[in-house]
Amino acid sequence: MKLLFEESRPGRGECLIPVCDVPEYALDPACLRSSAPRLPEMAEVDLDRHYTALSKETYGVNCGFYPLGSCTMKYNPRVNEAASSLPGFVQIHPLQPAETVQGALRVLYDTEKLIAEITGMDAMTMQPAAGAHGEYTGLLLIRKYHETRGELAQRTKIIVPDSAHGTNPASAVMAGFSVVSIPSNPEGGVDLQALKNAVGPDTAGLMLTNPNTLGLFDPNILEITKTVHEAGGLCYYDGANLNAVMGQARPGDMGFDCVHVNLHKTFSTPHGGGGPGSGPVGCKAFLAPFLPSSRVREENGKYSLFDPEQTMGRVRSFYGNFLVVVRALTYILTLGRKGIPEASEGAVLNANYMMKRLSEYYTMPYPQPCMHEFVMDIGPLKAETGVNAMDVAKRLLDFGIHPPTMYFPLIVHEALMIEPTETESQETLDAACDALIQIWKEAHEQPEMLHAAPLTKTITRPDDVLAARKPILKYLFDEN
Amino acid sequence: MSNIPENVKYTNSHEWISEESGIATIGLSDFAQDAMGDIVFINLPAVGDAVTAGESFADVESVKAVAEVFSPVSGTVESVNEELLDNPALVNEAPYDAWLIRVSDISERVELMDAAAYAQHCESEKE
Repeated sequence: MKLLFEESRPGRGECLIPVCDVPEYALDPACLRSSAPRLPEMAEVDLDRHYTALSKETYGVNCGFYPLGSCTMKYNPRVNEAASSLPGFVQIHPLQPAETVQGALRVLYDTEKLIAEITGMDAMTMQPAAGAHGEYTGLLLIRKYHETRGELAQRTKIIVPDSAHGTNPASAVMAGFSVVSIPSNPEGGVDLQALKNAVGPDTAGLMLTNPNTLGLFDPNILEITKTVHEAGGLCYYDGANLNAVMGQARPGDMGFDCVHVNLHKTFSTPHGGGGPGSGPVGCKAFLAPFLPSSRVREENGKYSLFDPEQTMGRVRSFYGNFLVVVRALTYILTLGRKGIPEASEGAVLNANYMMKRLSEYYTMPYPQPCMHEFVMDIGPLKAETGVNAMDVAKRLLDFGIHPPTMYFPLIVHEALMIEPTETESQETLDAACDALIQIWKEAHEQPEMLHAAPLTKTITRPDDVLAARKPILKYLFDEN
Repeated sequence: MSNIPENVKYTNSHEWISEESGIATIGLSDFAQDAMGDIVFINLPAVGDAVTAGESFADVESVKAVAEVFSPVSGTVESVNEELLDNPALVNEAPYDAWLIRVSDISERVELMDAAAYAQHCESEKE
């Protein structure tokens, strides 16, 4: 497919700008550029066709099954879109006086209350724009806590298990901490003895996903959080996997002090190119004074904005990705108290159904029942046939299925991590299992074909090493 | 079978180290580069930075993962292999030539293995 720049022809597709109906204003000449920008010039019809052609090459949850592990690619109900398109939400400005946007403030207030209830927290901020941004905000809460107690200089270390999402150690370093990685035990949970050896007067906190990236709920969770608290540290819950326990178990009851949730995962807002994301952070009452400004409060039915007393300041402009919050609120209210736990039950059931069917062929390194996702180890298949996790994932594209998360978690070397979510039917799950079983057979019968897969796509195997080593990030006018 | 030369020592986190006239040269073992796959980016410390035995001093990124590199010694970074910043593939091509940093003022060392002990260590990690 040609780039817009390659389709461009001088003078084509001039914009018809209406007559100016406001006084003209002379800009400072120092602010003006001396040459025109080299923008593509096209007719609207050709531009439309360009993007329509591109859209046909993309894949989303609206096209088919998308079992991308730890990403919770559930279907996003249309009613969410209807609510977030209401003119009262779309046609407002973040600087409008509070009394003119009471409905929008109530959305923020009610969503905060509902997600605080689901996570077992006391207060929240809706500002963070995604999961890792939420992690960073949560770590700043932990930082402020130790700072006000005069212990920040001493408490410099964040403990992270080796099965953690890669964003956890990255966020900890961004927030000025150093990272201590602790190993998993043979069952895939936190190694309690290693944790006990790691905690001490330098412990700022622990970051943990529960269930973890192997899809396993840690049975020692209460002892884990207690161990960290006794050492003077705080416990951060990475809510990426909340879909497994939503409405069943609460991070606050597991002993966590702060959490982030991913509205774009658990609460069915668009995800993966379609975003934007949203990563609200919740905390226990003792951390609430440090939350970002501004928060919403309610008095006698009137909503207003306020800054927490010892606020860390803003972590994003205005109130976060507000229309995403509208979608999440719609989802929570649609499901209700009964539907929220039903959703997580469906997610866990679907994952176990797939795991059970596939375990007759593929190796499950942690064969106990899983939560919302499970990890297959392609290592044994690779040793036998030479076909690796990448080959299996690429071949799935030929079956019209988005590949699972690959090569993660790092503690399983040839990992494929599958998260079907609750919104898929048994027929969809069976079709995906049938495809993976056929690929297993192909690996034994014609492994060369799998090394070349996908066979039916416009782009087959892009050179990701070259792309990472020598990326071309802009159009080179004078070389084309 | 990975290449484990006998003229350097090894850590259990897969760095190699050779010491001469008070200067330690540190790199990644063949086993480590093979496990990482094609390396696309290396983040090195600056000359003059302090490194601590057993703590991370660099990040290595491949298309599969990002990994930390741990220093076998405590000391001061005397020089860094700047060639790797432009061409990280050198670590894949010749891991024992493509050193990462050289360290002086060595005060402390982690436990090191000779080639035979390291070969056993690599075998045990494969399982």
